[in-house]
Amino acid sequence: MTGVSDTPGPLASAHAIAAGVRAGTFRAREVLEEHLARVEALEEDVHAFNLVLADSARMAADAVDADVAAGHDLGPLAGVPVALKDNLCTRGVPTTCSSLILGSWKPPYDATVVQRLASAGAVVVGKTNLDEFAMGSSTENSAFGATRNPHDLTRVPGGSSGGSAAAVAAAFAAVALGSDTGGSIRQPASLCGVVGAKPTYGLVSRYGLIAFASSLDQIGPLARSVRDAALLLDSISGPDPADSTCLQDDPPSASARLEGGVEGLRVGLVRELAGAEGISPDVVACTRDAAEALSGLGAKVDEVSLPAAVYGLSAYYIIAPAEASSNLARYDGVRYGMRAANHGTDAADITEMYLRTRSAGFGAEVKRRIMLGTYALSAGYYDAYYGQAQRVRTLIIRDFEAAYETFDVLLAPTAPGTAFELGAKTADPLTMYLNDVCTIPSNLAGHPAISVPFGVGDDGLPVGVQVLAPALGETVMFQVAAALEAAAPPVALPSILSAGRTG
Amino acid sequence: MTVTTTDWETVIGLEVHAELRTETKLFCCCRNSFGEEPNVNVCPVCLGLPGSLPVLNRVAVEYAMRIGTALHCRVQSSIFHRKNYFYPDMPKDYQISQYDIPINAEGWLDLPGGRRVQIERAHMEEDTGKSTHVGGGGRIHEATYSLVDYNRAGVPLVEIVSAPDMRSAEEARAYVDELRSILVATGASDGKMEEGSLRVDANVSVRAKGDGQFGTRCEIKNMNSLRSLGRAIEYEAERQVALITDGGSVAQETRHWDESAGRTGTMRSKEEAYDYRYFPEPDLVPVEPSDEWIASVAASLPRLPAQRRSEIAAASGMGVESESVVTVVRLGLDGYVDAVIASGAGERGTAIAVRRLANEVAAEIGSAAHLTEPAFCRLIAMESDGSLTTAQARTVLRELLDNGGEPDAIAARLGFEAMEAGDLEAVVDQVISAHPDEWSRYVAGEAKLAGFFMNHIKAATEGKADMKAASALLRSRSA
Repeated sequence: MTGVSDTPGPLASAHAIAAGVRAGTFRAREVLEEHLARVEALEEDVHAFNLVLADSARMAADAVDADVAAGHDLGPLAGVPVALKDNLCTRGVPTTCSSLILGSWKPPYDATVVQRLASAGAVVVGKTNLDEFAMGSSTENSAFGATRNPHDLTRVPGGSSGGSAAAVAAAFAAVALGSDTGGSIRQPASLCGVVGAKPTYGLVSRYGLIAFASSLDQIGPLARSVRDAALLLDSISGPDPADSTCLQDDPPSASARLEGGVEGLRVGLVRELAGAEGISPDVVACTRDAAEALSGLGAKVDEVSLPAAVYGLSAYYIIAPAEASSNLARYDGVRYGMRAANHGTDAADITEMYLRTRSAGFGAEVKRRIMLGTYALSAGYYDAYYGQAQRVRTLIIRDFEAAYETFDVLLAPTAPGTAFELGAKTADPLTMYLNDVCTIPSNLAGHPAISVPFGVGDDGLPVGVQVLAPALGETVMFQVAAALEAAAPPVALPSILSAGRTG
Repeated sequence: MTVTTTDWETVIGLEVHAELRTETKLFCCCRNSFGEEPNVNVCPVCLGLPGSLPVLNRVAVEYAMRIGTALHCRVQSSIFHRKNYFYPDMPKDYQISQYDIPINAEGWLDLPGGRRVQIERAHMEEDTGKSTHVGGGGRIHEATYSLVDYNRAGVPLVEIVSAPDMRSAEEARAYVDELRSILVATGASDGKMEEGSLRVDANVSVRAKGDGQFGTRCEIKNMNSLRSLGRAIEYEAERQVALITDGGSVAQETRHWDESAGRTGTMRSKEEAYDYRYFPEPDLVPVEPSDEWIASVAASLPRLPAQRRSEIAAASGMGVESESVVTVVRLGLDGYVDAVIASGAGERGTAIAVRRLANEVAAEIGSAAHLTEPAFCRLIAMESDGSLTTAQARTVLRELLDNGGEPDAIAARLGFEAMEAGDLEAVVDQVISAHPDEWSRYVAGEAKLAGFFMNHIKAATEGKADMKAASALLRSRSA
C-alpha cells in the first residue's frame, strides 16, 4: 500500500476503488495516477497497450472527482481504471484491431459497452493489444508487436485478448474488457493468472465490437477477482436496441450469489476435455484438484461426457473463418483505413487497388482465415464444410443440454498448458489452434464460461480452470467460480510486480 | 429448311426491384429519400463502418408483406443471408438479402389480358450506393476516377421474381405495368422507373415453338423504361434466334442493354459470374411475423387494380380489358370514378367519366392535383344531361386541370350555355342555304362533305352545339 493518502495498492479491487472514490476516501485522479505510474514503468516490457489514453483518462477521473465533490450519484465503477481491447470502438480514438489495414481510422461512435462503462463512472486507461482482428491465441499476430506475459516476459500472455489480460495482471488497470470468439478472454486469463468470463451469447451488446465471427463473438470481463469480473459484467450486460442479437430480457445478475457456496450443487467434470489429448498433465491435475475442492465444499461432483465437444475445434475453424471472410471484406481501401494505391498512381483499376490494399494491410493469419472461410462458403463446398460444421454445432448444443439435465455447472480445463515461450507455436498454425480446444464448445453453444486461476503448472506459471453453465446461467456460474477462487492455492504476484520495480 | 422467327418462341422471366417508400432505411434510422446532396443520409450502419450492426425496419417488413399479399404469395417466417461480392458502392462488400427462405413465396399476378404469371418469390434486401464513373465512357474499368454516393445504400428493396411465364416483349411490358400499379396501390412503393425506384432485369431465352425444354437464357440489365425493356427483349430474342439458326448456340451470361446503340452486349460471362457465397446473416434474427400481423396486413390492403378494373367495367358498361379502364386504373385515377358513381351517375355518366379520365386527364396527369372530385362529378353531370356538349366539357375540363375552379362558373364565363334544339335547327338550315352547291353534292352522295358542314356549324355556334344532334339534323335534312 503506497501512493498518496489512502490510495489503495496496486492490487486493489475495482470494488474497493469504486467504494473509496464514492466515499471520498481517495480521489479517482489519485487512483489513476498510481496506475499510470505503473504503466510508465513497466509498459515498455509488457506492451499491453496499443494506445495509452493518459490525457483523456485524467479528464475522466477529474470529472468523476467533480461529481463526488458535487454530491452526485456515481455509478458502480466510479473511478475504476479500465483497459479496453482495441477492437472496441471508441469515438475519436484510433481503433486498430492491431491491424495495419485500419490505418489511423477513428470511429465516429462509441461501442455500447464503452458508453455503459462511461455512465458507470469507469476511467478508460488505454486500448489493449490483440491478435490481429482477434485471430490468434498468443497476441503475437499483432501488427504492433507481441504482448508479453507479466508473470514471465519471455512468454506469451495468450490471446487474442492478451493485452487486456496482461494489463489486468500487471495492474495497469483494475479490470479490462476483452472479446471471446473461441476462448480469447478465457485462455489469456488462464495464462496470465486472472479471471476471464465469456457471457451467454446476446447478454452483452456487440454494437461497436469490430466483428471477427459474428455468431460467436461476445464481449466479457477480465479481472483479478471473480467479484470484480461480476461487477464489470453487470455494468455492461443487458438489452441494446442497436444489436438485434442482444437478448431483450433483463440479464441475470453475475454478482447475486457470490457468497452462495456450492453446497448441494451438481458439478460435472467434462471427461473429454479434462483428459483430452494434448492437455498437459499438470493442467489436468489442477482441474481435478479444483473438482476435489468443490466436492470438499459440498458440491456433488461427477464425470460427464460431451462426446461431440472434441469436434468443436474442427467446426469452429470452418464457421469462424467463414464469417470472418465476409466480415473483413469491407476493408477494401475504398472508404476508410489503409489504401495501398490511390487513383492517379499506379493501380491499374479497382481490382488491383483491392488486391494491393488487402495484401499489404492484413497479416498472414488473417489472410489464412479469409482464404479458409472463402473456400468453405464457395459454391459446391458449402454443404460439406459450412453446413456440416453447423450440424456439429447442433450436436454440441444437444450434448450440453443433456449434461445440464443432470448438472448445474460443468468443469473443464481452460487452456491445454501454461504460458508458452514467444515464438514457440508461430510456425505451426494447427498447434496454435489447439489452444482453443476446451474453450470453443461454449462459443459454439452460445453458453457462458469463466476461467478462474487454480494452481500452477510444473513451470510455476498460472493455470486456469473453467466453469461452464447453461445459457443465462451466469448467476450460478459466478457463484461456483467464487467458491473455486476462495478454495484455490494462493496466486503469486506477477514477477514484474513482485520484483518491486514499481509502487 | 429455312427457319423464320415465327417458328420461335421467346421465354421471359423478370426480376423487378422495387424501392420501398419507408421513412427510413432498411437497417438504420437514416432518411430514405431521393435526389439529395450526396452522402447526407448516412450513418455508421449504412456506411458499414467497423463494429456497426443492422437492425431491421419493421415498416419495411410490413410493406414487403403488403406486396407479397397483393401478389397472392405465401407470407412466411424468413431469414436474411449475406450475398458476398466486392463493389465500391456496397459499403460492407456484401449485401444483406434473402436467399432460400424469402418472406413471400409462390404467388401470381394476372395480366389485364387474362394471362396469369406465377411469382416465385418477393424478398427483402438492401439497396447499394450509386457510383459515378468519370471518364472512360462511364464504365468502372475505364474510368479516370469514380465517385460514390451512399445515400441509397441500405434503402429497402423488394425483389419480385417471376417464373419464365411471359412469351413476348409486349407481355413483359404488361406485366411490369400491372406490377407497378399493384405496388403503387399497396402504398409500398412509388414505382418510378425513371427515378430508379423500379428496376427491371429480364431473363430471356428462345426455343422452337412446341419445344418443351427452355433454351439457354441470358440476363439483360440496364433497361430504364418500359420502352427500353421491350426493345431489349426483342433485340435479344432476335440475336439468340440468329445465333441458333446460324448453327451456333447461346452462352449463358449477363448482358448489358445499350439504349443508344439499341443492342445488348456481354457484361459477364458464366465463367466470370460471381460466386456469392451466400450464408445466413449472423447479425440478424429470423423474421417471424405472427398470424395476427399477417392477417391485419391482408385486411388493410386497398382494392387492387384487377378488382378495380372489374368494378369500373361493371359500373360503366365498358369491357374489363377496355384500354380506357386499364389506363384509369393504372394511373390511379379510379378515385374520380368512385366519386362519380357515388354522385349518382348511371352507366352512361360513368362511361363518360372513364373516357374523360383516360383521355384528357391522363394526358395531363401532372396537373390532376387541381382537379377536385366534386368539380369532376359536376362536370360529368353537366355533360351527361346535355347542358355541356362534349367539346365544351373538354374545354371546361382543361380549365379545371390548369387552374381548378367550379365547372358551372367556368362554363358561364366561357358563355357555354346549352343551345335549345330549335336554335340548333335554325343554325343548320342557315349553313345549308349559305352553301347550295356543296349541299346538292352532299345530298347526291358525296358523304365526306358532312365534315365541311359540321365545321361550319361548329364555327357558327362557337362550339356550343351538340355535334351529335347537329349530325343527326344534317342527315334528316338530306333524307
